[in-house]
Amino acid sequence: MMPDFNIRVLVPEMFLFLWALFLFLYDLGTKRKNHKQIGYLAMIGVAATGVLLFFFHGGSSFGSMFCSDPLANFFKVIFLGSAFMAIGSSFGVTKEKIKNHRGEFYGLILLSTVGMMFLSSADELISLYVGLELTTVPLFVLAAFYKDDKLSLEAGLKYLIVGAFSSAILLYGISLIYGITGTTDIIEMKINLSLVFLSYGKLGAGFILATVMIIAGIGFKLALVPFHMWAPDVFQGAPTPITALISVGSKAAGVVAFLRIFVNGLIAFADEVMAPLDWGIIVAVLAAAAMVIGNITALRQKNIKRMLAYSSIAQIGYVMIGMVAATEIGVAAVGYYMFIYLFANMGAFAVATIFNDETGSDGIGSYAGLAKSSPIVSAYMAIFLLSLAGIPPLGGFAAKYFVFAAGIQAGYLWLVILGLLTAVVSLYYYANVIKQMYFAKKTSDIKIKPAVSASIVLIMGVVGIILFGVFPEPILDFALEAAKVFAF
Amino acid sequence: MNFPILSYLIFIPLIGFIAVMFLPREKFWTIRWVSAFFSFVPMILSFWLTYDYYFAHSGSAAMVYTEGPLSWIAPINAFYYLGVDGISVPMLFLTGLLSFISIIASFNIAVRVKEYFAFFLLLETGMMGVFCALDFFLFYVFWEVMLVPMYFLIGIWGGPRKEYAAIKFFLYTLFGSIFMLVAILVLYFTSEPHTLNILELIQTAPTTVTHSMQMVCFIFFFVAFAIKVPVWPFHTWLPDAHVEAPTAVSVILAAVLLKMGTYGMLRISWPMFPDMVRYFHIPIAILGLIAIIYGALVSMAQKDLKKLVAYSSVSHMGFCMLALGAYTSVTAIAGCMFQMFSHGLLTGALFLMVGVLYDRAHTREIAAFGGLGAKLPIYTGLMVLFSMGSLGLPGMSGFVSEFMVFVGSFASFKVITAIAVLGVVLTAGYMLRMVQRIFLGEFNAEKWGGLTEMNVREILMVAPLAILTIIVGVYPAPLSNMMRATLENLVNILAR
Repeated sequence: MMPDFNIRVLVPEMFLFLWALFLFLYDLGTKRKNHKQIGYLAMIGVAATGVLLFFFHGGSSFGSMFCSDPLANFFKVIFLGSAFMAIGSSFGVTKEKIKNHRGEFYGLILLSTVGMMFLSSADELISLYVGLELTTVPLFVLAAFYKDDKLSLEAGLKYLIVGAFSSAILLYGISLIYGITGTTDIIEMKINLSLVFLSYGKLGAGFILATVMIIAGIGFKLALVPFHMWAPDVFQGAPTPITALISVGSKAAGVVAFLRIFVNGLIAFADEVMAPLDWGIIVAVLAAAAMVIGNITALRQKNIKRMLAYSSIAQIGYVMIGMVAATEIGVAAVGYYMFIYLFANMGAFAVATIFNDETGSDGIGSYAGLAKSSPIVSAYMAIFLLSLAGIPPLGGFAAKYFVFAAGIQAGYLWLVILGLLTAVVSLYYYANVIKQMYFAKKTSDIKIKPAVSASIVLIMGVVGIILFGVFPEPILDFALEAAKVFAF
Repeated sequence: MNFPILSYLIFIPLIGFIAVMFLPREKFWTIRWVSAFFSFVPMILSFWLTYDYYFAHSGSAAMVYTEGPLSWIAPINAFYYLGVDGISVPMLFLTGLLSFISIIASFNIAVRVKEYFAFFLLLETGMMGVFCALDFFLFYVFWEVMLVPMYFLIGIWGGPRKEYAAIKFFLYTLFGSIFMLVAILVLYFTSEPHTLNILELIQTAPTTVTHSMQMVCFIFFFVAFAIKVPVWPFHTWLPDAHVEAPTAVSVILAAVLLKMGTYGMLRISWPMFPDMVRYFHIPIAILGLIAIIYGALVSMAQKDLKKLVAYSSVSHMGFCMLALGAYTSVTAIAGCMFQMFSHGLLTGALFLMVGVLYDRAHTREIAAFGGLGAKLPIYTGLMVLFSMGSLGLPGMSGFVSEFMVFVGSFASFKVITAIAVLGVVLTAGYMLRMVQRIFLGEFNAEKWGGLTEMNVREILMVAPLAILTIIVGVYPAPLSNMMRATLENLVNILAR
């Protein structure tokens, strides 16, 4: 079959790529003077890509290497949203701390976003791998962007080493799959694996090894327990907007990769009849570990970025419940969860960013009395955190409800009960920040006035959480449409 | 009936919440009166609802004033579905009345006024919603929505250990609700077609859900509701939350929030799992008995007046549990409803009275007072009235409810009821001792000479409660007629 070259479906990605190059040049052309202008240009670029995505979607190109299906587009919206919100909250960072490389800073965020978009469209293992690399390589640089800060350099280096290592593992897993099936196309892989199984009655140790390696490779990107060790250090050291981008955009990219490979490609091998060691139970155990370890470790954190790092480790555990359910509602729940997680987590990090811009501190203790001096920002933060904890009517509740519903439907009652119990635990540390802001005696009179761009981000987050929390149907329908891409 | 009264009851406080959010934070009196207005309207609506229900619908057990089911989240079959019957109308009446009274009682809050009243109105929305919702998803959302404002109300305006009390309340209740959520999901997936409609599930669950799953669901619901009631041994959050919370919040906690537990049992657990109620009725009654005796004994030992009232709630709600165990008797279940209603009035009033005293004396230590009777005649009169109501003096609502509980449950549990009657004696013991130590005896003129009598606002806010207590005590027929048909239907389901 002759692959088709349908450039039209690539328009949004190409536009964003060119816009990133334009930002590099623009920053040079304006002698790196204006931090606001270039930030707004980056936001406009992301928004314009979103508009283009609306007009140019559907269809595929280069065989199965690039397909613009509803699943890809659903996640592309999340990636663009996370890039938009990360850029919007970085104006304070680029004003003082990153003076000479603003163009690179914003450009690399866009390039990483392009990588995520490629990844989500890949229905084939090689392009999926390339997309993953395109996503993470700019993030290595961005994590180390505070060149004079040891923690930031440590973050960049750690992320690079772990990232390279996990990519190698993933690639090895992919090559084993190729060895068994003779293809890198996910659909063909699925068919060939079934043929192998039907011919020989088993898949053999190579398949187990491949499964474990791919889970490990993507697990590193997702910071899934036990591959999560890098996350807290990287989250703490990297510039906060980049931390936010890693915790939402790059994780969502990992989620798509997981959905494509496992929930689509290896769906038949999620039960013990077909597979020697089904991946369903492996992932269920990893999800349980993520929820337990993430939530319990977060209890002890005193730094808000580390706390949110562990919280995001735990949040991925909840997402994994939807994945192991591997049903249409499960995939839709995963999509919806990531969508709300985008607003809540990006919002929480945005508050952490502007708080740090003003005070230079990331300590949870330094939030004491914030509700009196900056009531609006505190209210936003409280809403983000309560949504992460899953309190209705905020979006986080509906997200958890859908994921748990999918889990119970698929028979993972133990996992759901564990998830709910750990959700109660998680409330303690989210509420701890709220306690500091609202209940603690005022210690200082820090007044936080978010800039216009940050206000846009915060309002976007709050409106998204409340609106899509009370009326989840539009997003859920979109996610259900995305889930229909997979033949269950 | 085209007028969607239940939606108005739920969402007028929410509109008030939004309105208060937009008021300037330094305009204290505007905020207070706007909040009072937005709780006054629902109160009037709840009175009208009660009146209309009594005359138009009290003869049938059907859900009335229903709204919906309107599709809300189609993929998971969640609907916006409201309706009331004889169980919910008295609760809505109580919620409307006490929310308004509590807002009036909160006029002396002087710090962070705007946030306080905003949270209070949000709380009212949640409470109204719980008593109206007929869809599990909606019910759960309202059930949880209350937690957040409650957490803030205790945590910001509470006493010395407010932070501990607030998070304890939040975690404890959330812990209970997650079990309810699992049970809801299990029921959803076992019903065919999948539904979250409470009324439909009441019809189908007893036959479609397997015995063991019914047991799991019943226990899960029971844990969620028992924490709210609170049933011994899940009561440990209550003394902390009640004592640390500001006066008006204690009132709402005692008068309305605790009722949600028993309401949940009457609305959901009991009709949905009649087999399990039959299976577990003795342990339930024993839990009730333990709560009655334990609560009363612990109340006796309290030195703090507010703690005494708080533990008395444990004891009084124990009567409800005992009555719920006697599922075959309409009298017992009606007694449970009476006890819920009466406890709402009396304990609400007692907390208000404790607050009045605390505002003046800045202590709640029972031993610190003495002989206040001569100094504060009106206060003393009212306090004695409510204490007598609480200990079950004939002619007051407490007597009617306790009498009905005992009469109703005696047929089912002779020994347990006989022991439970002792609880009344113990209640009399600690209430009378409290009255004696505070109002009689030597008056310390040097220390308490400056205490002032209740002002008009304070008298007006407890007066309706006093009047209602006596009306229900002397002439309980309207209340019992209102819920008879509904409760008979419930008992029929249970006896089926």
